[in-house]
Amino acid sequence: MSIISKEDVKHVAKLAELDFSDGEVEKITPQLDKILGHVANISKVDTTSISPTSHTLEIKNVFREDTVRQSLSKEDALLNAPEEIDGGFKVPKID
Amino acid sequence: MTENLNFFPAHKLNKMLKSKEVSSADIAGSLNSVIQKVQGKLNAYIRLEKEKMLEQAKQVDSYISRGGEVKDFTGIPIAIKDNICTKGITTTCASKILENFTPIYDATVVKKLKAQHFVLTGKANMDEFAMGSSNENSYFGSVKNPWDTTRVPGGSSGGPAVSVASGTAICSLGSDTGGSIRQPASLCGIVGLKPTYGLVSRYGLVAFASSLDQIGPLTRDVEDSATLLNAICGWDENDSTSINQAHPDYTRFLTDDMKNMKIGVPRELMVKEMDSEIKDSVDQALKLARDRGAEIEETSLPSLGYALSVYYIIAPAEASSNLSRFDGVRYGYRNRTAETLRKMYKKSRAEGFGPEVKRRIMIGTYCLSAGYYDAYYEKAQRVRTLIIEDFRKAFEKYDVLISPTSPTTAFKIGEKIEDPLTMYLSDICTIPVNLAGLPAISIPSGLSKDNLPMGLQIIGNILREDNIFRAAYSLEKAIGFDKYPMHL
Repeated sequence: MSIISKEDVKHVAKLAELDFSDGEVEKITPQLDKILGHVANISKVDTTSISPTSHTLEIKNVFREDTVRQSLSKEDALLNAPEEIDGGFKVPKID
Repeated sequence: MTENLNFFPAHKLNKMLKSKEVSSADIAGSLNSVIQKVQGKLNAYIRLEKEKMLEQAKQVDSYISRGGEVKDFTGIPIAIKDNICTKGITTTCASKILENFTPIYDATVVKKLKAQHFVLTGKANMDEFAMGSSNENSYFGSVKNPWDTTRVPGGSSGGPAVSVASGTAICSLGSDTGGSIRQPASLCGIVGLKPTYGLVSRYGLVAFASSLDQIGPLTRDVEDSATLLNAICGWDENDSTSINQAHPDYTRFLTDDMKNMKIGVPRELMVKEMDSEIKDSVDQALKLARDRGAEIEETSLPSLGYALSVYYIIAPAEASSNLSRFDGVRYGYRNRTAETLRKMYKKSRAEGFGPEVKRRIMIGTYCLSAGYYDAYYEKAQRVRTLIIEDFRKAFEKYDVLISPTSPTTAFKIGEKIEDPLTMYLSDICTIPVNLAGLPAISIPSGLSKDNLPMGLQIIGNILREDNIFRAAYSLEKAIGFDKYPMHL
């Protein structure tokens, strides 16, 4: 009884902005199914009145003073740009 | 005289540098000749500094002769895992998607080592984006175990572990999210430490799972581990998850005194898949601890049985978010044929990421998606709370917990790569530690019949590296492991 179908995989791929060929979907679906099938065992654990932990340290809202500082130069920011134009990152048209 | 300098620990070389018995150039030269011999066989490095390393060493010697202070890592050649940013030097995360990426800043840990005038040997190979337990997931080819080159070195910090084990770095920095420092240290016969979460700044560490990642030292011995931890730890204003507290000089705890230490052995970590020789080596280490005045007791942390599942939901979920920045826009690989933006994202990512990375992004995205978030991600976070609570209760009774680091010695290349779940089980003893943000060390506990290293894991409470170093230093002396793979 599988947890994840090929259709599910295609849907998740869309959410993850990943392209998969039909052959790749064939290959990855049983792998993901096996992993998800295993990790689903946590459903057996009684977690009533247990709150979720997102972080192990007791710290929150770590801010600095809202003062202006030296920031990144444009040259540095564009150093690894695949394509640039007029001091910005050039990309294909939006679909 | 210069022979075998490459197998000396940093603390010994430091004394020799201070007394002018050796120069930094001598050390670098000794490493360089070994690097030439073994890099082709072991592939521990994605990028070698080569002449630049020798140049740097000469510059440090000149600095020392002008009266420069010789700090703990002055003139010491160190390898840095390739997911830690080094300004002006490519940092690839062993991925095609960052093949030519050049950071515009140094990670905080690199800045700290530069302030001590360390020498960079190169950027160490790893599993892509730190996802793996065998270093078979690198775009730049697998790393081999120097003890047996048909076997894996462990992962994801395979390169850092092998660089130290093979004498091509005096020590190295790796990262650990589910065991990625400790497990390769165990499989390669060296010392690997994952510090308390937040003790070492993550600024400049390319994020995999932000609530689990930590940078840590891989070294020849426990003394170097404590010394390197001293050098890299501390609050950093650039890492909002770093701990803002003064830390001790960790070398103070190298006392070789285990009297009255209370040691717990969680039965959930003495896993049934464990090699019998590994079980024997753990039992032997516990006996040595008992001989030295420690009290040993078996204990149970029941929720640890679910740690693997919790990790393989939370880590991929966090990764799916962290890796969404790799879209071909501002840096990294970009597909050039896509005519529209979103096609460019999809194709760049599909072509740039390796299969394990894609698998984990898919798992993570699924677990966070509408309809599945509660049953997977949020549920996993609740079970994480139980795991943290089990550890908290255990540390009310015990100073440290002991287990094997890895249930097996180094497995053969190709043995587990086809079945992701089998691969994930390699980390069954190390994963719970990251979920609770605890510190843990792996020290060599012996060699198997097949001449493969085995490792012992010592876990401490939050910010209790003192207990870890105390136990580790004492056991290291008692076990007396002093072997290197010299047959390369």
